Amino acid sequence: MAQTVFAPWKDRDQKPLIEFRNVTKRFGDFTAIDNLSLNIYEREFFALLGPSGCGKTTMMRMLAGFESVTEGHIWLGGQDIISVPPNKRPVNMMFQSYALFPHLSIWDNIAFGLRRESKDKEMIGERVEEMLRLTRLTKFAKRKPHQISGGQRQRVALARSLAKAPKLLLLDEPLGALDKKLREETQFELMDIQETTGTTFVIVTHDQEEAMTVASRIAVMDEGRLVQVDTPDVIYEAPNSVYVADFIGDVNLIPGTARLRPAEPEPPVAAPTLAKDPAPVAEAPAPATETTAPPPTAQADAPADARQPAPNERGEWIYKKVFARFLGQRDLATPQLPPPSPGELAAARKAEADAERANTPTPDAARAPAPAAKPHGTETKSGGILIDWAEGQPPIIVANGDTALDGKPVTLSIRPEKVTIDLEKPDRPNVLPGKVIDIAYLGNISTYHVELASGRMVKAQMVNARRLSNRHITWEDAVWIGFTETAGVVLEE
Amino acid sequence: MRRFTLIAIPYFWLLVLFLVPFVIVLKISLSDVALARPPYTPQLDLSLGWEGLRTFFSGLDFENFVFLTTDDLYWKAYVSSLKIALVSTLLTLMVGYPIAYGMARAPNEWRPTLLMLVILPFWTSFLIRVYSWMGILANEGTLNTVLLWLGVIDTPLQIMNTNTAVYIGIVYTYLPFMVLPIYSALEKMDESLIEAAEDLGCSKLAAFWLVTWPLSRNGIIAGCFLVFIPAIGEFVIPSLLGGSGTLMIGKVLFEEFFSNRDWPVASAVAVILLLILIIPIILFQRNEQKAREAEG
Ligand SMILES: Nc1ncnc2c1ncn2[C@@H]1O[C@H](COP(=O)(O)OP(=O)(O)OP(=O)(O)O)[C@@H](O)[C@H]1O
Ligand SMILES: [Mg+2]
Repeated sequence: MAQTVFAPWKDRDQKPLIEFRNVTKRFGDFTAIDNLSLNIYEREFFALLGPSGCGKTTMMRMLAGFESVTEGHIWLGGQDIISVPPNKRPVNMMFQSYALFPHLSIWDNIAFGLRRESKDKEMIGERVEEMLRLTRLTKFAKRKPHQISGGQRQRVALARSLAKAPKLLLLDEPLGALDKKLREETQFELMDIQETTGTTFVIVTHDQEEAMTVASRIAVMDEGRLVQVDTPDVIYEAPNSVYVADFIGDVNLIPGTARLRPAEPEPPVAAPTLAKDPAPVAEAPAPATETTAPPPTAQADAPADARQPAPNERGEWIYKKVFARFLGQRDLATPQLPPPSPGELAAARKAEADAERANTPTPDAARAPAPAAKPHGTETKSGGILIDWAEGQPPIIVANGDTALDGKPVTLSIRPEKVTIDLEKPDRPNVLPGKVIDIAYLGNISTYHVELASGRMVKAQMVNARRLSNRHITWEDAVWIGFTETAGVVLEE
Repeated sequence: MRRFTLIAIPYFWLLVLFLVPFVIVLKISLSDVALARPPYTPQLDLSLGWEGLRTFFSGLDFENFVFLTTDDLYWKAYVSSLKIALVSTLLTLMVGYPIAYGMARAPNEWRPTLLMLVILPFWTSFLIRVYSWMGILANEGTLNTVLLWLGVIDTPLQIMNTNTAVYIGIVYTYLPFMVLPIYSALEKMDESLIEAAEDLGCSKLAAFWLVTWPLSRNGIIAGCFLVFIPAIGEFVIPSLLGGSGTLMIGKVLFEEFFSNRDWPVASAVAVILLLILIIPIILFQRNEQKAREAEG
């Protein structure tokens, strides 16, 4: 599958087309771009996304050559271009205001760049006609820019910047002036053109939906820095910070404190079958957890061990195997245990945590379903962390949380479409009771704003695929919101 | 009705301020000199009724216009005026364009001040400003004193009473009329057009010739006409700064009128001057119209 997917940024041998190396740009004492490094590869459709004033246009203008670089270097196709004037760069820009020459016809506008290359007339003519066909402007060739519509002007600007077949095309909010429908059409047109011409596109946009639609990768910027550079799906599904999660799409952000999730409270009968893992789960008191006992195999594919910092574990193991003999036991919790497993440490910590909880019993502890009550189909992945997010509320289980976050303040980011809403208590790893405060009906989907017992608002989204067979959820209804243990992303503050 | 009134007011002013004086001048140009007051015949005597009107019209003829062709002083004065006006228009353009360009590219907050500076000379009397140029350009004037002191020259330059002084005077006086329309054309221009031109492979100079210059064309044309038209009939500058060798139709007109007291010939000179000016005025109007259409 990896062969067919276009992902040059994953290939270490691939040379980037554009390389920003520690680029800083200052206007007076204001830093617009702050020590930024970035690679953009050939044939990419690269989107710069960020709030107003974060430096997107400045990046573009530095690439085009209209803005000098205060510090650092920009490489284009293996050449340092910071001292190359704009007219010598193999870069063309489509301006936000289109910047069509008002005194020239559409034809002459498109031919403008070609004429500067002193090509012969026939070749220029052919190329212009080709561009006119590509952007469906043949009919308007003789008109002046003020005699055509906004959408047509935008296509002229695109045709003009494409005419010279640049290595790199810069598009600064190219579709900002178009209405929604035309914008969507044009997005697909842009992608088509990008594919047929094989040009590398860098696009600036305010519109995150647009970036998601057209881009192969998105760079999210904030105050002159790159916050995250990734494919649209990664940006959406696995944002690396609260900032990105909040900036892209709708999101529920639940702050809390992370704590190691206890190893699965395995039924005593299951324990002996695990030859490799004689974890002290039997001793560990496991009353107050919402998780169910997983089948023995669940432990094998648990991602938690992969996420745990490996050297520490190995070091731990080596310590126990080798150094402990000379230096004495270090791990007080599991003094007698031979080959330790990744789960062991977690289990030890859980024991601690549970002991703590036993001292301050919470009402919901009693409400927690019995481990055995879960049917087999909805097994909960083990490992990961728990997030204490509100006083007197059960912690949220996050199986994909990094165990290194233990004890740290974190924010759980979870997309509304991953949160379900039910009138009856559903069978899901994370279930929280609440009350419907508001419903935004958007036709294809509905967004429910649910107030949890702690007072926190959570958005849940449901596709209105068919008329709900169960009872219609309405305002003030007592509901249960639910989500899986892997639906969210844990973000460090 | 209200619309009609709105249109009627400017037309009324045009009639009173332009057409009536013109008809009077035309009438005098068709009359004959007389030692009388006013110094021409015939006079229109309406008390005689139709008879008076008929004798009045029979007294009018084109004698004065014929006279203008017999003496080559007049056509030489016309040609010389056209030449001086043309040269000073080009000089004003050469001085005015960079000023307008600089103003349009200046930081936003400076522009009102710069505009003020361009208009500032209008706050003093035109005559006083021309007199002060006499003080600057005279043989013992400021300019020669400074140049002598610097050692650039060792004998004073004879600028006063030459055509050079007239050119300097005209360029100075009409400079705002050149700067303002060009400035307004350049200011309207989107700076990203220059960047777009450079982006498409133009050098800075090429971008200027291919984009800035054509886009300021309407301003240039307007400015040139605003300088050229009044410069042809200019009288004060050539008579104060120019010498005996400076031949301009405005001066001729003045002399005919006040020294020779030949009102009919002076009026004929004025009518011809007006006819000459009608051509550039119509061209100017056309240009303005086209500019408006291109914008709208
Ligand atoms: N010529 C300049 N002089 C001083 N500051 C500037 C200049 N150009 C840009 N800036 C500043 O640099 C910052 C980044 O500007 P830039 O135009 O790159 O923002 P942007 O991300 O494109 O914003 P938007 O989305 O609103 O277009 C802004 O804070 C802006 O005020
Ligand atoms: Mg911008």
